[in-house]
Amino acid sequence: MLRSLSQRTWNWLDERLNLDELIAHAKEKTVPIHKHTLWYYLGGMTAFLFFVQVVTGILLLLYYRPSSDNAFESVQFIMTEVHFGWLVRSVHSWGANLMIAAAFAHMFSVYFLRAYRKPRELTWVTGILFLFIALTFGFSGYLLPWNELSFFATKVGTEIAGVIPLVGHFLKRFLRGGEDVTGATLTRFFGWHVAMLPAAAAMLLMAHLFMVQRLGMSSPEESTDGADNPSHGKTMLFFPNFLLRDLVGWLIALGILGALAAIYPWELGVKADPFASAPANIKPEWYFVFMFQTLKILPAKILFMDGEVLGILAFGLAGLVGLLVPFLDTQSGPNRTSLIFTVLGVVALVYMVAMTVIAYI
Amino acid sequence: MEVVSKRTDRRSFLNYLLGTGIGAAVVSFFYPVIKFLIPPRIAEAPTSSVVAAKVGEVAPNTGKVFRFGSKPGILINGPDGSLRAYSATCTHLDCIVQYRPDMQNIWCACHNGRYDLNGLNIAGPPPRPLEVYDVRTRSGEIVVSKKGG
Repeated sequence: MLRSLSQRTWNWLDERLNLDELIAHAKEKTVPIHKHTLWYYLGGMTAFLFFVQVVTGILLLLYYRPSSDNAFESVQFIMTEVHFGWLVRSVHSWGANLMIAAAFAHMFSVYFLRAYRKPRELTWVTGILFLFIALTFGFSGYLLPWNELSFFATKVGTEIAGVIPLVGHFLKRFLRGGEDVTGATLTRFFGWHVAMLPAAAAMLLMAHLFMVQRLGMSSPEESTDGADNPSHGKTMLFFPNFLLRDLVGWLIALGILGALAAIYPWELGVKADPFASAPANIKPEWYFVFMFQTLKILPAKILFMDGEVLGILAFGLAGLVGLLVPFLDTQSGPNRTSLIFTVLGVVALVYMVAMTVIAYI
Repeated sequence: MEVVSKRTDRRSFLNYLLGTGIGAAVVSFFYPVIKFLIPPRIAEAPTSSVVAAKVGEVAPNTGKVFRFGSKPGILINGPDGSLRAYSATCTHLDCIVQYRPDMQNIWCACHNGRYDLNGLNIAGPPPRPLEVYDVRTRSGEIVVSKKGG
């Protein structure tokens, strides 16, 4: 009875939308099997964690109040009074961290497998832009509870934008909604966090996924002349083989998220006071720590420049190089890698890990 | 032939009009949006002097952050009992500094910057000294004012 009803519904839709053709197309989609296949799951993992952020974020919107008088108290209310509020908020905070970790892992795996080569340059660019957006999500969301740590993190973060030569002061005022970090900054960050960034992220994600669908999975042996995946070599079907494996991964991720949220609920801290000293042991979120540690180590003056200006410009340049890697690396080909870019990647990874570790010990 | 080129001329002229018209329309749509995003400047009465604390409120070898207009200031009662005041905004990246009785100097927790009791940057990343304010005592209150103010 139920089966015939669903069959009839399907037929009704298929008659109008020609869905069988789409299904036939999807059935042809394959994923190469080789020793690096495991890395293919990280992109889907990032997308899944982003989905978790969207759902928990929408839930938090029902109780959160974006003003310097109410923000802290409303998050306190969510954590203590709302049924499972502690769970939703903790999953949102932990999920943000896991998503950024997955995005970084995805980026480095794509980088070292040279999957950014022609014809996938734009897939790489949209991916890097998505990572930048994810970091901006992290930075703007961090302020929303309006606690001491987030207040100073925002002061420092926006001041960093302020030391950029020429446009710095304008940029700082634009980010802060005025000269200082105030309630105006909070409403601004809120607007970006819940409206502008999600819109931008959704568009980038769609473009990224469209290109992945269009071009198929990159394989390390693939040629760069635009030819299809090599017909030799083992493959598996995307539907259902790969997707079911994806689902197992997502289920595990959800389990880890729930466990983290239950065992280590996200702290709320002390309400921000714009006229109190910065607390000792202040640190940004771990994914900004390598930059934070660099700024801490740099001397006040390097040649004729302020140390922090030089550091910030260097990070900006590194980000730009990262974005443009597919256009800069002309050496990599099938079964051929570029020594310079391998070294650059290893140096970047080691630098980030080392600086982070130094900051925490 | 001539007719055709005249036609193309007329067409390209119309295209030019249409293009510039659409361009101008787009600019006029986006101009208010961009201007909206830039925060307005709020006129603030410049503060030149405030009461930072009551006499005796800040014990020797401690400090207190106070409100100096919209910015934070720090009042320090030195180990020798002398009162000093500075801007509390770290010159490195805008954090708020504190007095460290154990080091007997001014410390910024954000990036480990240090200043001595003259406000001079002596260690860590701060590129410039802290702004120094004048301190006076008037009928039981400690009044802090800008230099020359």
